Amino acid sequence: MASGSAPESLAQPAQRGGVFLSTNVIALGAILILAAVAPAVLSEYWLKAILIPTLIFGLAAFGLNMVTGYAGLISMGQAAFMAVGAFAAVIAYGRFGVPIPLALLCGGALSALIGVIVGTPSLRIKGLYLMVATLAAQFIIIWILQRVPWTGTGSFATLNTPPVRIASWNLDTTADRYYLVFSVVLLLTLFGYNLVTSRIGRAWMALRDHDIAASVMGISMLRYKLLAFLMAAFYAGVAGGLVVFCWTGAASVQEYELEISIEILGMIIIGGLGSVLGSYLGAVFILLLPILISFAMQQLTTLIGHSNVSAAVLANAEHIVFGVLVLYFLVKEPHGLARLWKRFASWLDAKRG
Amino acid sequence: MGDLIYAIELLTTGVFTGLMYSMVALGFVLIFKASSVFNYAQGAMTLFAALTVVGLMPHLGLAGSLLATVAVMCVMAVVAERIVFRPLMGASQLTIFMGTVGFASILEGAAQIVWGTKPQGLKLDIPVEPLKFGELLVSRQDLFAAAVAGVFVGALVWFFRNTRTGLALRAIADDPAAAQVVGIKLRRVWAIAWALAGAIAIAAGVLWGNRIGVHFAMSLIALKALPVLIIGGIDSVAGVIVAGMIVGAAEALGEGFIGTYIGGGVQDVMAYIVALLFLMFRPSGLFGQSTILRV
Amino acid sequence: MTPQVAGPVLRATGIHLSFGGVAALSGVDFFVNSGEILSIIGPNGAGKTSLLNVISGVFRVSHGEISFEGRDLARSPAEDLARMGIARTFQNLALFKGMTVEENVLVGRHALMSSGVLACGAWWGKASGEEATHRARVAEILKFLGLWELRHARADTLAYGLQKRVELGRAMAVEPRLLLLDEPTAGMSHAEKSEFMSYVLDLNRTRRITIILIEHDMGVVMKMSDRIVVLDHGVKIAEGVPDEIVENRDVIHAYLGEQ
Repeated sequence: MASGSAPESLAQPAQRGGVFLSTNVIALGAILILAAVAPAVLSEYWLKAILIPTLIFGLAAFGLNMVTGYAGLISMGQAAFMAVGAFAAVIAYGRFGVPIPLALLCGGALSALIGVIVGTPSLRIKGLYLMVATLAAQFIIIWILQRVPWTGTGSFATLNTPPVRIASWNLDTTADRYYLVFSVVLLLTLFGYNLVTSRIGRAWMALRDHDIAASVMGISMLRYKLLAFLMAAFYAGVAGGLVVFCWTGAASVQEYELEISIEILGMIIIGGLGSVLGSYLGAVFILLLPILISFAMQQLTTLIGHSNVSAAVLANAEHIVFGVLVLYFLVKEPHGLARLWKRFASWLDAKRG
Repeated sequence: MGDLIYAIELLTTGVFTGLMYSMVALGFVLIFKASSVFNYAQGAMTLFAALTVVGLMPHLGLAGSLLATVAVMCVMAVVAERIVFRPLMGASQLTIFMGTVGFASILEGAAQIVWGTKPQGLKLDIPVEPLKFGELLVSRQDLFAAAVAGVFVGALVWFFRNTRTGLALRAIADDPAAAQVVGIKLRRVWAIAWALAGAIAIAAGVLWGNRIGVHFAMSLIALKALPVLIIGGIDSVAGVIVAGMIVGAAEALGEGFIGTYIGGGVQDVMAYIVALLFLMFRPSGLFGQSTILRV
Repeated sequence: MTPQVAGPVLRATGIHLSFGGVAALSGVDFFVNSGEILSIIGPNGAGKTSLLNVISGVFRVSHGEISFEGRDLARSPAEDLARMGIARTFQNLALFKGMTVEENVLVGRHALMSSGVLACGAWWGKASGEEATHRARVAEILKFLGLWELRHARADTLAYGLQKRVELGRAMAVEPRLLLLDEPTAGMSHAEKSEFMSYVLDLNRTRRITIILIEHDMGVVMKMSDRIVVLDHGVKIAEGVPDEIVENRDVIHAYLGEQ
């Protein structure tokens, strides 16, 4: 179902001597440089509406990829885990004055704990039964958050964060917040990449592909399944905290409904199951989708001579396109956009080398 | 005494609602037995059916729009087969499930583009005042819904037990390869299962539309059939029926007695809480059987 | 084909296994000597794979004792197998399809590695060192089996015979003292069988690995085995050296109509 994760070689000696940098390495370097200078280059809108959420949801998608793409356990609850992290972080910081980095960690840790609890039945139940457990978790967690008194009350439970500062650094501008997101995401992505290319990632994939064979190799099913849920929830929790401090400024329960869990699932299907790159490609793709569709609809309607398209129609068109894309990638390219990139990079390498 | 009456009223309402859950859950069972697929799109199908009925009603009247919707659902089943199931033939259960998630998205989007996103009313001509049994009040609406659902459930049970296709379904669920060897045409059985599931979606959509109006939340209500399936045991028709009624009763009683203390909405999660408990302690459900693994 | 002398390393007594009401194994006793190749044969449905599953902890016996090197196997979960020094292959191929050949064999090293989450996530230091060491050993195994060129190929893209070889490599990676092979050459051509069996023989002779082999090909069985156990309908009907087994009337009777 997903690609293996052999680490791409960083440099290979070329035929003519000297070091040949693969296309992947160049692309990675370029992206890191661009990401580092993004606030200077991009407008406020692009930072706030595209780049920051891409990184945040990419992180959450990467987490989901660990449990669903690598370990093969479908989880419908990633958004709920983000919610836990968001509320935990804002309460830790806003009410208890816990410093931001620690608050983010708290959010991740609480979310991870709940993730482990949700994953506990996974020894006795598999596949779709486990999926229903995560579905139940999604509904129950949101329901609880709407009723616990200290999250505000009702379906629109929201907690705003006090001004965000780390030590003497006031994160007033979007650029400031972007850099926080970027550093956290970079750190966790690096950690996660190491994890999935190590024996732990292989253990996950082994469990996914043939759990009996995996267990006779010494891989404890329970331990690695729980670990997968733990990591997925942790990443979601931190992402939730980042939403509060760096994006919307509040923890708001209605932003984490089932729909969002499905969107994140779509991100990793389209981006590529079992791929780090795929998680982020999927995220940016899904986040750009509304813009692309809106643009396409505008062109279409001016062509037909209609007036402007309503927001509701746009939203539903997105739904349709989303579903079509998910189906397309499931059928035609199960390894998603990441595979398409790999093919392109290999082709380019061949051309250059 | 008043409390007891109250409890019994809640119980009856709950059981009646529960029958509706059983009906939708049987739709899930149909498709699962015919193709080993958890059809996430059942909820979206319900919404789609309801919207189509409501949308056509001004033009065709109730009977007409019901018939037309049946035709539409058949078309939808054909489309589903073409774009979801045929391309994904042979893929893992999880992959196909994700395919039904994608399909649900398409259905929801399409339905709401065609018929609009505003909540719509769907009123069947049933008198509003409740029936009286001594001091007990029973809503006619609920009774009617339960009756319709009961008829569907009865018909489905009869279908499973007594028709060739019903038996074929059980054979396929047990061993698809063997079933084919014996001459059972998977495609045909599959088509019938989906047609029935479509009919159930229409019934559920109309009954719930009558009760709470037709809007997006309807797909979530139909999704509750999943926990009902778990509680009942995915391979037990009787279990699913009983589980539906238990869930309905638990929701009603829970909402009635605990609801006021925790801001209501107990019915939204009760099914999932019970299902989660079963998943943790008795995954095979009430009457299901645990399967043996063969290496 | 001379057996290595050291006494039984695996003992099974009174093994009973049933599914629902059906008895897959009834009162099976046998033992395996250290360093020998023991073949388990019998008609289809005799319970051979069930016996292997019971030894490897995939199924739990309802009655009986199994011990390996003096340690209880009957109540050990499948996860303990690798650490106890036992590895197995599967009748229906159990490769990890989403991973490459190299990664499949690397999974076999899992029980020999110990880096935890933090070590693996941090990478530089313990995890990378461990990874390098074990990759080197995996390279040896791949080269031994002639799979080195294919190491980056996805396991499910390989021909059937090669996939079987990858499974053998994965089992080797566990560094087992006991190797359970479940119909490893089923579906192979004559040439492939010989090649495969030469690897197995090498493992037995040079590395002193005890082998339990389920096989249908009587030619292979006769050539390779030090001893043979014959099962039929879940019961052991004969046990002995190959020459004895071929003459055994019960065995011939059980196979009547086959081969």
